Amino acid sequence: MSAHLARSGPPHAYRRKASTWWWLTRWPYFAFVLREMTSVFVAWSVVWVLLLLRAAGLGEIQYRQFFAWSASPLILISNGVTVVMLVYHTLTWFNLVPRVMVFRFGRRPIPGPVMAGSHYLAWAAVTVGLAWLLVSR
Amino acid sequence: MSRRRTIDPVLWMGFGAGGTLAAIVLPALMALLAVAVPVGLIALPQRMDLLSLVHSPVVRVGLWLVFAACLFHWAHRFRYTLYDGLQIKHLNELIFTGCYGGAAVGAAFAASVLWQIP
Repeated sequence: MSAHLARSGPPHAYRRKASTWWWLTRWPYFAFVLREMTSVFVAWSVVWVLLLLRAAGLGEIQYRQFFAWSASPLILISNGVTVVMLVYHTLTWFNLVPRVMVFRFGRRPIPGPVMAGSHYLAWAAVTVGLAWLLVSR
Repeated sequence: MSRRRTIDPVLWMGFGAGGTLAAIVLPALMALLAVAVPVGLIALPQRMDLLSLVHSPVVRVGLWLVFAACLFHWAHRFRYTLYDGLQIKHLNELIFTGCYGGAAVGAAFAASVLWQIP
């Protein structure tokens, strides 16, 4: 063993350090990071719904004040962007389902389009159900 | 086997469940309540009607599971976004604690809100 190896241990594969802004250099990289960042909008949505439920529980005045706050330009634009990012999350998530999940019917794997399609069907059903619940009242 | 490796399948399962629930439930919920109501496209739901939807303990537990799973999804995905995107894996312990701790605090807040609704 050479003196150098004795000092630094066995050799490692050389890995060039990428720039912090590597994801801005190509559109697919940017789309990847954008997809990952949809999680922030998922968290914000949960917080917003919780604040809504809290305001509704506190009383009529707090409930109306909450929606007045939600109609302010900053929050409204933020929530508009949130909806776009949530739809992006849904589309990318459902398109990934057949690649990462293998379900079998007996011994035969369920085809990818059926797997993705069942998720889209569930999304449509929940969307229609929620719209009916909120609009019909 | 390390402790981290032992809990990895649980982390990924929570991430998957939260991602699926968020994909199915949140776009419609936010489009209707957070955008359509404030801009006046649909009428403001009556407060008591909204509360009646979450009156049942079963619904509240179900909602808590959805909220907790979605927050967990955020924690897990954001953790790896910070690792890969900003390449700050050397801050692993801080990121791990911040992400999953944040999700735990959010889940506790959700439980508190759902518990206190009349």
